[in-house]
Amino acid sequence: MSDLSAILDATRAAGAQQAEAYQVANEEVPVKFEANRLKELNSRRTSGVALRVIADGRVGFASSTRPGDVDDLVEAAMETVPFGPEAHFDFPKQAEAPMVDTFDPATETFAIDEMIKTGQTLIDAIRDIEADLQCDGQVRRLVGTVTLANTNGGRYTYRGSMLMLWMHGTLIRGTDMLFVGDVDASASPVLDTKRIIETVSWQLEHSRRNATMRTADMPVIFTSTGVADALVMPLTLAFSGRLVHQGQSPLAGKLGDALYDQRFSMHDDATIPMRPASRPFDDEGVASRRIPLVDKGVVRSFMYDLQTAGLAKTDSTGSAERSLASQPNISTTSLVVDAGDTTLAEMVSGVKEGLLVEDLMGAGQGNVMGGDFSGNVLLGYKIENGEIVGRVKDTMVAGNVHEALANLSAIGSESRWVNGTILTPPLMFERMAVSAKSE
Amino acid sequence: MTEAPALREDIEAAVKGHNADYAELRIDDTATNRLIYRGKELEEIGRTRNFGGCARALVNGGWGFVSFNETADLRARVQEAVEQARHVGKETSVLAPVEPVVDIVPVQVLMDPRKITLAKKKEIFDDYNEKMLSVDGVTSTNLVYGDSDKRVTFANSEGSYIEQERIDVISRLSATARRNGDMQQASMSLGALNDFSYIDTLGDAAYLIANRAVELLNAPYVEPGVYPVVLDPILAGVFCHEAFGHLSESDFVYENDRMKEIMVLGRQFGQSHLNIVDGAAVPDLRGSFKYDDEGTPAKQTDLIRDGILVGRLHSRETAGKMGEPPSGNARAIDYRFPPIVRMTNTYIEEAGASFEDIIGDVKLGVYARNWYGGTTSMEMFTFSAGEAFMIRDGKVAELVRPVKLTGNLFTTLMNIDAIGRDLDFNQGGGCGKGGQSPLPVSNGSPHIRIQDCVVGER
Repeated sequence: MSDLSAILDATRAAGAQQAEAYQVANEEVPVKFEANRLKELNSRRTSGVALRVIADGRVGFASSTRPGDVDDLVEAAMETVPFGPEAHFDFPKQAEAPMVDTFDPATETFAIDEMIKTGQTLIDAIRDIEADLQCDGQVRRLVGTVTLANTNGGRYTYRGSMLMLWMHGTLIRGTDMLFVGDVDASASPVLDTKRIIETVSWQLEHSRRNATMRTADMPVIFTSTGVADALVMPLTLAFSGRLVHQGQSPLAGKLGDALYDQRFSMHDDATIPMRPASRPFDDEGVASRRIPLVDKGVVRSFMYDLQTAGLAKTDSTGSAERSLASQPNISTTSLVVDAGDTTLAEMVSGVKEGLLVEDLMGAGQGNVMGGDFSGNVLLGYKIENGEIVGRVKDTMVAGNVHEALANLSAIGSESRWVNGTILTPPLMFERMAVSAKSE
Repeated sequence: MTEAPALREDIEAAVKGHNADYAELRIDDTATNRLIYRGKELEEIGRTRNFGGCARALVNGGWGFVSFNETADLRARVQEAVEQARHVGKETSVLAPVEPVVDIVPVQVLMDPRKITLAKKKEIFDDYNEKMLSVDGVTSTNLVYGDSDKRVTFANSEGSYIEQERIDVISRLSATARRNGDMQQASMSLGALNDFSYIDTLGDAAYLIANRAVELLNAPYVEPGVYPVVLDPILAGVFCHEAFGHLSESDFVYENDRMKEIMVLGRQFGQSHLNIVDGAAVPDLRGSFKYDDEGTPAKQTDLIRDGILVGRLHSRETAGKMGEPPSGNARAIDYRFPPIVRMTNTYIEEAGASFEDIIGDVKLGVYARNWYGGTTSMEMFTFSAGEAFMIRDGKVAELVRPVKLTGNLFTTLMNIDAIGRDLDFNQGGGCGKGGQSPLPVSNGSPHIRIQDCVVGER
């Protein structure tokens, strides 16, 4: 651990008018399972300091994971200053941050043998459903401390904890490969293993038979994981204040416009207790808050960090996120899409010919900034006359998320957390381009 | 503050004499410089130092791995990994034998980015950014420059001690054109190992990319469907990496009997003109090195020869368990991760077809060029092109909006029915697997033609 005050003093002595030191110290323990059994125990201790300086109106940056590297760190940051971008912000003074539960001591003391047991029990339960399934997985425990100090008197620190569980099963018949699985994460060591077993069981049940799609526009339903996989990234990117300010977001100039179906609402919230992405303040020391992004179809706000807020002449929304190696980026924390009133079963029962998407591969490869998404259906099912009739392969689905959300046909009533960071119900669209290779 | 010991004697001593089947230590020190532009703004400039180490141990078939930034007591860190491994291990350890090596590998730098000032680097990219923004219709740009100097010290309990260094120089130029609600992007990613010189030669490319983004606004969408597809060397290289390369990584195979049946050596994967190779011993490419992160010397491995599966990529453990020779493909992105089986430089070898031979008898098809992205699930893959044209009556016709290609590995490799004679390498990509990304790799190919490929909008 480094003394952040000493770093700030050294930076001022080197000629900076303002400076900010950001420190993380994490201890991570991944327990890895391979081929249905425990394979590897890891322990990762990571620590380091990132230094941002403002001198002569410009921003410089350097970071180091080398303990005690103060002089080199300050020198490197000061060296970048003459070439750095103009600063459109001051580092924030000390301010009130909300109380947010981010740390559970029970996670810190959750024993490795308990982690091993959790993983192995889950694998055994899943293989009870399908003995030929080969499972890989991980139970990961993380405990960390974030500390932030700046020369304007801002001093912040909090501890966070996370327990994450992911399980991935492969079923091979001939050259036909089926991938099933699920993930859960929480700040507490309470993992919903029952849900994971149910999800995998459901996936296996509907994949017993393969079904063939044809190339056509048709109704497409995304499950919660499908929404998270395919739609969330191109959608939330458009709410980045940076891309809006630069005119790169299709939502630029559309604040207050009713762009989406009036049943659609979505917000970002870093203050939900015990979510893995929750925090009392963001990675620049700005207090966390609930950010209404879309309210009943109307674009309500964008997400900002300090620099972008300065450029756009607004306030930071506390949306700065960073790793040690880079300056802050604008990011969602816990994203929540409001639930609707249609069950998944009701959605399926109304479809004559359509597609149910759970996992889309390569969804982020297109013109995501423009809201486009497309991908190969890695796990998805054909719907015929109101019933799921089998798993599809060699099928692509494509569309534009902004156009699609303007033409929603139903919002699911059953929301769930995906990867611990996205709470969303299934979404159904009346017409979407599906292309398939029929043999 | 304690100064970290990086002395050879300390490292060698720390890894020896443990009660383990195998133990190793790796210390990385990486210095990175980075410039990022978005639109007119230089958005980010920074220098980062990523220093740390890791210890890994094998006991009774179970692995322990510990990573750290404090390198004060290396022996205790190795001991910790040994204890973890003992907690896991309930089987027999198997590692393919590799001759211990002591080698300090000098880095051969052509044009050294460390000797070029930050001011000069910024001047070059300021110029490219101005060129791109000067093109009528371009509303924004995204330029990235990065160089990283990485020194890795490796020692294991068998007596190997290796020091290696590499300098990666990467760049990306991207332009966005916008008209009304419509937005199009064109981009190019490049990279080089131990050489800055290409960075100064991208002026024409900057104009080309900016103009392409604008042209795309007027381009029609491709009609989704099944087409014969011709891939340029860059995109064919990505295809080779995604569609086949990942499947040849034997950590997916070595403990899975059904995968072993699928990937049985001698199985026919392509027509007799198809040859696919991977190897870090191919010199001066992004995936090149002398030893992998287990100290195994780099090789060149035939994966497909005359259409038949003849080899695969291994770590010492996968090679040992499958009774095959180690191939030098165990790689870790940095000290925070254990090495896993990865590709290096993966390419389709040349056959004899000219470009005219390849497109001449295509009545209606798609000519897809340049790389945008790609991913695989083993059996199925998708990859997307930077740009695409229709092929009509044997000729390259109109520009269409970028496309995404998808397919099934087992049918698609067999459907490659023409292979060109203009091998070239894509060095601008980084590969991701198991949370480790981007790992420097290259991939390459001559022009190829694939029949019956599913084409969709990107």
